[in-house]
Amino acid sequence: MRAVRVVAANVFRESVRDRVPYNLVLFAVLLIASSYLIGQLTAGQDVKIIKDLGLAATSVFGLFIAIFIGIGLVSKEVERRSIYALLSKPVSRAQFIAGKYAGLVLTLAVNVSVMAIALYVILAYMVWTEPPTIRAGWDAPGIDPALLKAVFLIFIELMLVTAIALFFSTFSSPILSAAMTFGLYVAGHFNSDLKNFERVVSSKTAAQLARGAYHVLPDLSAFDVKTEVVHGLPVTLGYMGSTALYGLAYVAALLLVSTVIFSRRDFK
Amino acid sequence: MAIVAGVAFAAAISIQLSRDRWYPRDDPAREQILYVTSGNALQRIALSFDAVLADVYWIRAIQHYGGDRLSGPRAQTKYQLLYPLLDLTTTLDPYFNIAYRFGAIFLSEAYPGGPGRPEQSVALLRKAITVMPQKWQYYHDVGFVYYWRLRDYQSAALWFQRAAAQPNAPNWLTPLAASMLTRGNDRAAARFLWQQIAKSEEAWLRRSAERSLLQLQALDQIDQLEAIVQKYPVPSGEPHTWSSLMKRGVLPGQPVDPVGTPYILDPATGRVRVSEQSPIYPMPEEPRPVQ
Repeated sequence: MRAVRVVAANVFRESVRDRVPYNLVLFAVLLIASSYLIGQLTAGQDVKIIKDLGLAATSVFGLFIAIFIGIGLVSKEVERRSIYALLSKPVSRAQFIAGKYAGLVLTLAVNVSVMAIALYVILAYMVWTEPPTIRAGWDAPGIDPALLKAVFLIFIELMLVTAIALFFSTFSSPILSAAMTFGLYVAGHFNSDLKNFERVVSSKTAAQLARGAYHVLPDLSAFDVKTEVVHGLPVTLGYMGSTALYGLAYVAALLLVSTVIFSRRDFK
Repeated sequence: MAIVAGVAFAAAISIQLSRDRWYPRDDPAREQILYVTSGNALQRIALSFDAVLADVYWIRAIQHYGGDRLSGPRAQTKYQLLYPLLDLTTTLDPYFNIAYRFGAIFLSEAYPGGPGRPEQSVALLRKAITVMPQKWQYYHDVGFVYYWRLRDYQSAALWFQRAAAQPNAPNWLTPLAASMLTRGNDRAAARFLWQQIAKSEEAWLRRSAERSLLQLQALDQIDQLEAIVQKYPVPSGEPHTWSSLMKRGVLPGQPVDPVGTPYILDPATGRVRVSEQSPIYPMPEEPRPVQ
């Protein structure tokens, strides 16, 4: 366990050294600037739009971090040949994969938390400056704890994307890994269409293949509850829990497969 | 090095400013392009960012409406993107309540204040009802469009009854539906409906309702002024003028509408109307009596 912690801490330190936290400054500037501009443009929908923008930016910034750091987690060590030094230490390959993954997830957790805090601060300012008559017309309260449901599922989705990037990183080059991870991310958001493919094709085989792909590919659209929370619609704890469990199970499967692939690689 | 970079950057900006002055690219036809016409396709392309894209289209709809409203007469192209933009907005974010209500009010507004397309308002509101069938406000808005724009009091009454049947509906909807059937041309009903809309939390909706209430007030004043003109006729062959009524002591001064613009008196017929210079011009078409 200690070895996993050491590798994870190293990944986190490296991401700080790579100036990943700069994106937080960009996020804050984006939100502050848009909260002013949007108020002039949107006919009273500024709080809704700030929520949409804040949650979308959290997702996009996290996605970039997950993909562009995730794809280099293993392949960079191999390219730099630092993998030899690492594996000569008392660190198993499974611990190495787990540590790399945990380090990036920690980076993402810090990012997502800071972004969520920044979003709440902006929303608190908007609530403070708007009169109660305007606030009464909002679909959901300005400082709505339900936003955390969307943030939580974004985080689980990012954990899944990180696991996908790490998986490709164990056997492929960074560019190819980035392309394949992004491809799976896009496919994952179209995934729910595959579920009911029999409605658009007459071939039973094609429908069964599509149904199979629906189960094999990650169902990323399930993690998107942004519209619901912004409009104050209910997102049940049962849905949250089952979606989070699905994500974690998928992550576990990907990490195990990554470990198997990485264990079989010959670095001699 | 930093100075050279600064100079290069300043040069780029000045070249850009000069180019915009010498070779302007303000092409009105280009502004009318919708880019993507299928909301469903756009929803797919947006991945999980459909709500943000809906916000972008909402801002485009506001800009389009505001820009066309302030622009000069361009009857051919005015407001032609308003419905598609609102349709795209509400396809991308089906719970975008204010986009439906904005459409209900402004799509049905007669030219030049809007495109004068009440059927598009109804289509947008019907779309809202399929997504949120328990929101009485949408049924009310459909009833309002039938009443105020289409003058179809039977349909208006039906929609007000449907609104009354929804959860949390206010208790004034049932008597309103009844009054539609018996007294469709009643100005009091119109005033009551606009007063309800004037209570909205949305500033633009309140402003629109306040303007309509002023128009109704002007209609009342026009009725009173025309009655005075009929009561004190001018000698045969002479034109109707405010000054003749003032000289005879019938009126203390030239009558003005609720926003302070003088009313126009037709010299030949004695009919009174709101000036084209008035902020409340053009006036709405008066409801017709129930047949």
